[in-house]
Amino acid sequence: MAHNSDRKAFQRVEKDLQLDFYRNTIFTYPINISAKRMEEPARAIFRRASFRACLVVCLLSSALFAQDWVKTGTSLGVEKVRLAVPDFKQANTDPQNAPLLKTFNDTLWNDLDVSGVVELVSKSFYPLQVPGQPPDVNFIAWNAPPPNAAMLAFGNLGVTNARLNVQGWLYDVKNTQNPQVLGKGYSDAATEVAARTMAHRFADEIIFRLGGGIMGIAESQIFFVSDRTGHKEIWGMDYDGSNQHQITRLGSIALSPRVSPDGARVALSALTKTGWEIMQYSLDINRAVSFPHFGGTNLSPAWSGDGTKLAFSSSRGSEHTEIYVSDASGGNAHRLTSDRGPDVSPVWNRKTNAQIAFVSGRTGLPQIYTMEADGTNQQRMTDQGYAVSPNWSPNGQFLALAWVRKYGPGEPGASDIYLMDIASKQFVQLTHDGGRNDFPSWSPDNRHIVFQSNRSGSLQIWSMLADGSKVQQLTFTGRNSQPNWSWK
Amino acid sequence: MTQLKMKWALLVISLGALLALGACGGKKATPPPPPPPPAAPAPTASIAVNPNTVQAGQSASLTWQTSNATDVSIDGIGAVQANGSQSVAPTDSTTYHLVAKGAGGTQEATARLTVTQAPPPPPPTANITDEDLFSQNVKDVYFDYDKSDVRGDQQTSIAADAQFFAQHQNMNFTIEGHCDERGSTEYNLALGDQRASSVKSALTAAGVSASRIKTISYGKEKPFCTESNEACWQQNRRGHLVLQK
Repeated sequence: MAHNSDRKAFQRVEKDLQLDFYRNTIFTYPINISAKRMEEPARAIFRRASFRACLVVCLLSSALFAQDWVKTGTSLGVEKVRLAVPDFKQANTDPQNAPLLKTFNDTLWNDLDVSGVVELVSKSFYPLQVPGQPPDVNFIAWNAPPPNAAMLAFGNLGVTNARLNVQGWLYDVKNTQNPQVLGKGYSDAATEVAARTMAHRFADEIIFRLGGGIMGIAESQIFFVSDRTGHKEIWGMDYDGSNQHQITRLGSIALSPRVSPDGARVALSALTKTGWEIMQYSLDINRAVSFPHFGGTNLSPAWSGDGTKLAFSSSRGSEHTEIYVSDASGGNAHRLTSDRGPDVSPVWNRKTNAQIAFVSGRTGLPQIYTMEADGTNQQRMTDQGYAVSPNWSPNGQFLALAWVRKYGPGEPGASDIYLMDIASKQFVQLTHDGGRNDFPSWSPDNRHIVFQSNRSGSLQIWSMLADGSKVQQLTFTGRNSQPNWSWK
Repeated sequence: MTQLKMKWALLVISLGALLALGACGGKKATPPPPPPPPAAPAPTASIAVNPNTVQAGQSASLTWQTSNATDVSIDGIGAVQANGSQSVAPTDSTTYHLVAKGAGGTQEATARLTVTQAPPPPPPTANITDEDLFSQNVKDVYFDYDKSDVRGDQQTSIAADAQFFAQHQNMNFTIEGHCDERGSTEYNLALGDQRASSVKSALTAAGVSASRIKTISYGKEKPFCTESNEACWQQNRRGHLVLQK
């Protein structure tokens, strides 16, 4: 991730809070170990909620018929866990608390909301007295109407000696005997970034438990192209649009960012003195690393799921751009396709690393094709219109794509995001809100899609659940495009 | 020193004044005081220019005849002989006005020379740069939507460009492939690359050496026109030729 190096600078502590909150320092471990420990009640919750594990995906697959406006998810009668999340309380009277508390509360609420895993109980139903610590919890006030919550997330935040300390709990408020599902303590330098990170981690813990083992995405990153400096450069941001920061400073045109599976590098295509070349930019050392110039036009790099190979489009030694594959370092480049017409925008099946989807104009308007990773068995997936920007779902089952299905004179079709089930070629349309929607990219948990759209009047980055719900605009400054979601 | 200079200046000024007064007085004194018995004959004058229309930069011949004149002048030329001819090459149309004065009076005559501005610029000399020549003569090649083949109505541009490059072997150039705003960024870059290649192929087929040609795709990154209509899109679907410096 972009800020690993920054984060190492802090002495960050994360620990489990035990049932007895006053003996709370038994387990302390490095932050990158996710919470594998789970208390007994949590297991029960896990079992109860396990049918929700693949909720969106299962619904999607059952709904994958070639028809418009399939609404999947919440509206189909499956009830989600009702979770109440009162604002965390101040643990002390430090003046730094207020802004950090707002950041934490806003971030936590948004993470849980867009996750699609829980139904957040509206704050207007909450009792006047909200808990900041376990002894404050009034079970009846939460588990009965009006809130009628099944779960309660609560806690406190305070700055002491320039360190931010957060304690958070998740309670099963219907189980008054043994309510604690989760207890977490976080400590870090008192910064906005730290407050956001803590909220992301706590949200991921909750989603993991209530979503039946879904790994949270709250700490994932999105890379994209922005022209806000006057040049198209590669930028990065947190998955929720916060912490937007510039990565490249080439001063020419940088396009098609693709982050490596380990999050250490971003491959991109940039206009150099010798034309369009693939570049790699290290997020650890914040500069470009060596990568060969191939000559011709080189576009749209794509990492294999194991990070050892790069597919890209190149017109080196050809009048047409063709799909090539090289080592991650650019060595052993060899051609996979050979046809009249542009071939571009490859993407690996990141689960098997055995197939590649790509765009080809060999029959006229661009269509989506798949092939084996050695170039054999090329198959056309889309039957009409203008189909571009394939992105393979992490579970290997779906392609997300941008498609103008009805194209031509008198058919002012919009470019919309679709999902296609690869095995059956059945598809479902996800966006219906007008504008040109393009460059879908899957979240690591297979449940969200980030894309670009000009529906607001300017080109911006948006995200949504993979059923088309929970649509959110993430960027607002300049023109922003070609989002690419990190792999974890 | 300064006093000496001032003395000299005074001397020069007073001498000049004296001379002027003397000249004036002299002229006034010229008419003979006794009334002349015979009347002097009136002067005659004619002037012509041949040819009477020239292009800028060319010359014409001006001829004139007078009689009974003691003082002949042409505006813009000055005092001239009673009869004569002279070559003139004015930059603009000019009316030559001749005045002949004699004892018998004054006679005038005029001749007009029309100067036309040269329709084609004078043959190129050192003032015209390669860039000017290139931009004045080389034509871009336009494409249909989502197409990269050089369409029929663009073949004349290819032929004209090939002829120009045959006449200017010193010029190397780059073909930029451009696309309209519709469709995907990545696909348009690939399409622009193919357009540039198509123009290159057409020019090499017409005899231009491939070693003189570079290609680059700009996809829809550098549009010529930013409106969302077909007229503008057509402007942006092109192979744009640029002189390599």
